[in-house]
Amino acid sequence: MQTSALSRYIGLIPSSVMIGAFFVIPFVLILLTSVSTPTDDGGYATSFDLQHFERFLTWFYIERALFSAGLCALIAVLSLLIAYPFTYFLTNFPPRTQTYWLIYILAQLSLSEVLIAFSWQILLSRTAGVANILVWIGVIEKSFAMTPSAGAVVAALVYLTVPFSVLLLFPALSRLDKSLIEASRTLGASPLRTFFTVVVPVTRPAIISGGVTVFVLTLGAIIVPQVLGKPEHWTLSVLITDQAIFNFNMPFASALAVVLLVLSATVIWLVTKFSGKKA
Amino acid sequence: MPTTFSRRRFLGTAAATGAAALAAPSIVSAAQPLKVGTYGGFFEDSFKQFIFPEFTKATGIEVNSVAVPTGETWLVQIKNAARAKTAPADVSLMAGIPRSNGADQKVFKSLDDSKIPNLSNMPDTFKDRYEDGSLYGVGAVSWYITLCTNSDEIPDAPDSWAALWDEQYKDQIGLLGLASNSHMLEVTAATFFGGTDILDTKEGIQQVFDKLSELVPNVRLWYKDEGAFQQALQDGEIPMGQYYHDVAGLAAAEGFPVVSTFPKEGAIVDSGYWIVPEHAKPMDEIHEFINFIAAPETQALLSRNVGTSPVIDPALTDLTAEELAAVSSPKAPIIPRYDIYKDHGNWISDTWSQMIAG
Repeated sequence: MQTSALSRYIGLIPSSVMIGAFFVIPFVLILLTSVSTPTDDGGYATSFDLQHFERFLTWFYIERALFSAGLCALIAVLSLLIAYPFTYFLTNFPPRTQTYWLIYILAQLSLSEVLIAFSWQILLSRTAGVANILVWIGVIEKSFAMTPSAGAVVAALVYLTVPFSVLLLFPALSRLDKSLIEASRTLGASPLRTFFTVVVPVTRPAIISGGVTVFVLTLGAIIVPQVLGKPEHWTLSVLITDQAIFNFNMPFASALAVVLLVLSATVIWLVTKFSGKKA
Repeated sequence: MPTTFSRRRFLGTAAATGAAALAAPSIVSAAQPLKVGTYGGFFEDSFKQFIFPEFTKATGIEVNSVAVPTGETWLVQIKNAARAKTAPADVSLMAGIPRSNGADQKVFKSLDDSKIPNLSNMPDTFKDRYEDGSLYGVGAVSWYITLCTNSDEIPDAPDSWAALWDEQYKDQIGLLGLASNSHMLEVTAATFFGGTDILDTKEGIQQVFDKLSELVPNVRLWYKDEGAFQQALQDGEIPMGQYYHDVAGLAAAEGFPVVSTFPKEGAIVDSGYWIVPEHAKPMDEIHEFINFIAAPETQALLSRNVGTSPVIDPALTDLTAEELAAVSSPKAPIIPRYDIYKDHGNWISDTWSQMIAG
C-alpha cells in the first residue's frame, strides 16, 4: 500500500510544479508589487505600503468595480438564459446530431476575444453593419453606427460566453434522468411546469457553476469593453491595462488586480455558500 | 528536386557560426555594427530602408537595427541593462515623458557637442541638457498631431481646435484615449487660456480640465488603437478628430477623403530624440551617427520617405515649399508639457479617466 501512496505523490509532482511555477509565484509577485513603494528613480521597492489601495478607495474606482461586477452578472444571466433552453433541447436529439453540434460549439471557442470584438465592430458599423439591412427592408431611413454603446458590449460578451455556458451545462443536462420528466408528465404536469419544477431544480448545481464561470471569465475581458464600449462601459480590467501598459504604474495595476481577485473570490464564495444552504 | 539540408552541412554551418561568434570579441570595436534603436514597425522599416544604408555608405559604419517599444517600457529595459553594466542599444530614439524621466534619473550618457558639428543647424529646443549644461538628447525627427476631418462629411474643415467644442459635432469626434498621449490639456490651454502657462499649477490644470470636460459629449471614440480611428475617419463614421499628420497624409495620398488641418492655435508637435544609454561603448560612432541624422540631407531624406518634419532649420535643406508644407507648418506649434505628467501623473490620469467616463 505504501508504494501506491508514494506513486500517487510522485504523480502529483509535475502538476504541483506547474501550478507553483506558473500560478503561485506570479500571484505572490502581484501581491508584493501591490504593496510596494515607488522610488525616486521611477521604479518601486518592496515594502508594506497601502497607498495604492488608498488610491482605489475613491468613488470613481469603486464605481468601476461595482459596474464591472454588475455587467458580468448580467452577462452570466443572459448567457445562461440563451444556453440553457438550447442545451436542454439539444440533449433530446439523437447522439449523432448532438456530437455535430458540440463540435461546432467547441470550434467557436477557437475565436479569440480580439477577433470577436473587431468582427462585432464591423457588424455594428454604419458603413458595413446590420443597419444597412434595416435600411434595405425599409425599417429605418438612414444607416447609423451601433457602436460604441452598452448594447454592443453586452451583445459581444454574450456571444463570447454562450459556447462556454453550453459546454458547462451539457454534462448535467445529458445525464438528466429522463424518467423524472416522464413521472412529472404522467402525474399531469404541463411540459412547461415540468421544465421549471423538475428539470431546472435538478440541474441547479450546473447552472450555478456555469454562471460563476461565465462571471469570472467576463471579468477578465478587456478588448470587448474597450473596442465596443464608451469609456463609461470600461471595466476594471481595462483600467488595469491602462495602468500597466500605458502609465507603467505596476504597483497600482497590481493593487487593482488584487481588488478584482477579491471581488471574484467573494462572488464565488457567496454563491457557493448561498446555494449550499438551499440544497 | 527538393533541396536537402544534410546533417553534415548543418554541422558545418553551425561550426562556422560558432567560430564567428567566438572570434567576434577579438575584433576591434570599430568593426562591430552600431546598434541603433528606433520604434518598431513603420519607423524601423523606413529607417532600415532609407537611412541606415546611406549612413553606412557615408561612414563605413555598419548598423544593427533594434526595434524599441514606445513609452516607459524601453526606459525600464535600459535601466535594467544598466544594472548589469550593459546597454541594450548604443543610441536610440526616445520621446516625451520617458525621456524626461530618464534624464531625472541620469541614465543617459552625456555627449560631446564638439563632435556633432551639425548641432549648429538645430534650435536649442532640440538639444536636451542636464542642469550642468552637458548634452544628453539630440532631436532626430518631429511629427505633428493635427485636426483631421473627413471632407465628404465636413466639406469646410474648421481651422481651430475650438471646433471640438462645437455642439453641432455632438457624438462625431475621435480623440486619443490618454491624457499623456492626446495632449488635450495643452490644446485646451492654448485654445482658451492663451497658452500652456496655466498648467504650471494644479489649480490651473483643474481649470483646464473643467473646460475640457465640456467637449466630452461630442466625443464618440477615445482611441488607443490608431487603426480603429483611421478606419472610422476614412469611412466618415467619425468625421473629425485629432490624428497624426504624417499618416493622414498617406491616407489622403491613397485617395481617401481625409484632410489634415494645422489649427490656428498650432498643431501638437512631438519629437523623437537620440539618447545614449549609460554603458554604451562606441562613442565615436555614436557621435558620428547623431551628426549624420542632423545633416540637412538626411533630414530631407527623412521628410520625403518617413513623412517626419525636420528638426533643423528647413531653409538649410533642399526641401521644396510643397514638400515642406506636406510635413509641417510655419504656425507656432503646441509643445507638450511633459513636466506636468511627471509632477501630477497619478492625479491627471485619475481625473482624466473620470472625465472621459462622464
